[in-house]
Amino acid sequence: MSTIARTDTSVLGRWWWTVDRWTLGALFLLVLIGALLVMAASPPVAERINLDGLYFVRRQFMILPVALLVMVGVSLMTPVQVRRFSCLGLAVTLGLLLLVPLIGPEIKGAHRWIGIGGMTLQPSEFAKPFFAVASAWMFAEWRRDPEFPGHIVAIGLYLIVVALLLSQPDLGMTVVVSAIWFGQFFLAGMPLVLVFGLIGLGVSGLIGAYFLFPHVSSRIDRFLDPSSGDSYQVDRSLEAFMNGGLMGTGPGEGTVKAYLPDAHADFIFSVAGEEFGGIACLVIISIYAFIVLRGYARLLSEPSLFVLLAATGLLTQFALQALVHMGSAVNLMPAKGMTLPFLSYGGSSLIALGIAMGMALALTRRRSGAGEDLP
Amino acid sequence: MNPISRSVKIDGVAKQAIEIGRNRLLVAGCLIALGFAAVGGRVIELSALRDHNEPNVASSSGTTLTTGRADILDRNGMLLATSLRTPSLYGDPKEILDADRAAQRLVTVLTDLNPAEVAAQLKTERRFVWLKRTLTPTEQFEVNNLGIPGLHFQDEWRRVYPQGPLTAHAIGYTNVDGMGLAGLEQAFDDVLRSGRDPLRLSLDLRVQHIVREELARQIISFEGIGGTGVVLDVDSGETIAMVSLPDFDPNGSGDIPDEAEFNRASLGVYEMGSTFKIFNTAMALEEGTTTLTGGYDATNPIKISRFTINDDHPKARWLSTPEIFMYSSNIGSVKMAMDAGTEAQKTFMGRIGFLGKLPLELPERGRPLWPGTWREINTMTIAFGHGISVSPMHLASGVATVVNGGIKQPITLLRTDAPGPGERVISEQTSHDMRRLMRLVVLGGTGRKSAAEGYLIGGKTGTAEKPGGRGGYKKKSLISSFVAAFPMNAPRYVVLIMVDEPKGQKHSHGYASGGWVAAPAVKRIVERAAPLLGVAAVDENAPEIRRELMIEVPSRGGKRNATF
Repeated sequence: MSTIARTDTSVLGRWWWTVDRWTLGALFLLVLIGALLVMAASPPVAERINLDGLYFVRRQFMILPVALLVMVGVSLMTPVQVRRFSCLGLAVTLGLLLLVPLIGPEIKGAHRWIGIGGMTLQPSEFAKPFFAVASAWMFAEWRRDPEFPGHIVAIGLYLIVVALLLSQPDLGMTVVVSAIWFGQFFLAGMPLVLVFGLIGLGVSGLIGAYFLFPHVSSRIDRFLDPSSGDSYQVDRSLEAFMNGGLMGTGPGEGTVKAYLPDAHADFIFSVAGEEFGGIACLVIISIYAFIVLRGYARLLSEPSLFVLLAATGLLTQFALQALVHMGSAVNLMPAKGMTLPFLSYGGSSLIALGIAMGMALALTRRRSGAGEDLP
Repeated sequence: MNPISRSVKIDGVAKQAIEIGRNRLLVAGCLIALGFAAVGGRVIELSALRDHNEPNVASSSGTTLTTGRADILDRNGMLLATSLRTPSLYGDPKEILDADRAAQRLVTVLTDLNPAEVAAQLKTERRFVWLKRTLTPTEQFEVNNLGIPGLHFQDEWRRVYPQGPLTAHAIGYTNVDGMGLAGLEQAFDDVLRSGRDPLRLSLDLRVQHIVREELARQIISFEGIGGTGVVLDVDSGETIAMVSLPDFDPNGSGDIPDEAEFNRASLGVYEMGSTFKIFNTAMALEEGTTTLTGGYDATNPIKISRFTINDDHPKARWLSTPEIFMYSSNIGSVKMAMDAGTEAQKTFMGRIGFLGKLPLELPERGRPLWPGTWREINTMTIAFGHGISVSPMHLASGVATVVNGGIKQPITLLRTDAPGPGERVISEQTSHDMRRLMRLVVLGGTGRKSAAEGYLIGGKTGTAEKPGGRGGYKKKSLISSFVAAFPMNAPRYVVLIMVDEPKGQKHSHGYASGGWVAAPAVKRIVERAAPLLGVAAVDENAPEIRRELMIEVPSRGGKRNATF
């Protein structure tokens, strides 16, 4: 199938034979499904806000090739390059995160966006993968040389990022970043006492958020007791799955997209459930599970702790984002607006995902023995 | 520690670390796998195992779905108001290529539109401008035939009144957005919006039509400025017909003139004049201060301060109670009222319902006007229907109470199959006396022109001068009315006809009184409507009917002592 010979030692040649082509294929498949779903879900949303029906579709189709190119480009890097790239990227995004509350416009009560040359950018989307790689490096260094206080640096980084995210406020992103960071710390050999302690802290943090942020408490109240308030969006979402059944109503035949304000982003899984059916949803879930679990499996034989931690962080971020989105849509957890990786509409999200999965691909590339022990 | 051992140690630590990492990665992997499995299971549960025959997206969606207002029907189920889905034309200026040309072409089809206005609207920056609401199917077809891009239709509910102006004042109307603005459309706005069951009225379309036609005939014939006609069921209080002229077509889109929109039957309050002698006499009989065999001297006018109360047709002699009623003697009526007393009169007016708004469902209800301090002079004028203003519906309702055996039944515009017990205002005996007196007016008094053979009509005329601008009365501006009930042996319906400012005509020998203007209309209404209402004509000379309605008319003047 390939026109690239195994003996080809060019950059692309070596990439092709070392990259995880199954994961790459699965990611391309996701992008294809995503293109299809945005075409199905976004026109009613666009028309409702008085835009041309295909406005979101055109934008998504412009971004998708860029995201794929970014992903492939990033996956050409070596682990060391990934690390340098991340540190640089983290510095830039932290700077942007600092700027967001100052220059970003307020949208729906939060400062999350920043306008750059006619485009809007959500720096927190980019902070996630860079932070995962940077903290992985710090944890790995800490384990490699116990005298190096890598975990202290990692904790410091974490606190900075969380503080910036909470100031926006972006609680969903904070939870995801916390979970990734905790997971990495856990893998890096966090003492079990601390594991349970931090789990307790996380739970109390969520409870604190419940009391501190009114929009969080109302969301959770509504999840625990749907009759306590307006569960409009979740109800529509559940109806979408029921209406779709196993086979779906057919592309374009759905109704939920006409009732949900963010059908093309935060509720695209519901659109998939209605128009393409339960079986198609299972296929989508399987693709996510395949990408994440296959990545994990490859990492089991990974000799470098940094690569192990960094790739786990990136894959876990990917998995959590998918799980939160899908879990909200089927009401397994309180509704949380989060994009479904590669399927939802959203420019920043797509490019950031391209970078994240590009880095994950780069880290899970097969390397010759010489590269085992990274400096 | 030498460098080699340190390196080995680090190596060992690193090895151990990666080992821990791998083990814990398995745990993380299992958790993630579990998460995906849970979501997958939930998707299957929702899509395959839940009952999903009927998505309730439509019924429970937050956007209110317009389902059209409920219909309004008359008592026999005839359609008075309904809602139709009709297309409305709007333009999207962004899609319009040439606004001026589009406007020019559009007005060739929709001729009531102004081309300049349409062009101006189509040049705005908006994406949605209404051009014309509720088109007919033909108009929609013609607009489509023009093939102008950027013109679109949106279906809307349009309220349609198939009977046009016939029941306009009762039903009222809605605005283009289907909100009730007048009449029952306003009073029952919530019910009509939410209800799928039609609103059943007490009106009978056939009788309504007859009353409107006969009333209009008299208004034209006597050059009146308006009038009202009411038919009530005396036992249930149901309004069978309620007409106010001039009226309006609620289907029209234009502004309704105030004069036409004004409901004279329920909103207008008038000094009714002599028809009030019904209540004056009933009160006096009920109080026992006057009897049917008694009477009063009506030889001389009554002078009180600067007023003089006189009779229109002075007999200048002693008059018996039936004569006072029959000849509509003001002098006799005043004396009757004075005997009963101010307090009794005020109480009676209150109990019969003349001192408050009607219990009718319409928003358009007039508040009666009556003296704040009820002096003797007020008692005297109220005896013959001046100094107190009530609506014609009040009057008809009061007459129903007087003739039906004395029970006040709240009047209504809704069909009532089981009326409540009502409230007793006068005794059976007084009611019976009043029926005989009212019959007397038709047989030998001012109401002779209403005698419809076989229907035993009884009633009372009223010819009131309208109040003038300076506290006096205008001799030439009359309110001429006739209020009747039939059949008088066992009354079923009250009929009231009132004409506003009729002028004396050649054919009426210059008269514009209630007996000339209103009584003939009542006669024709009864003749036409009674068969529809299930009232059969009877032999007026049948012995049992004669016995029922017989009344002695004593006359001390010695001229005659008649029995009717």
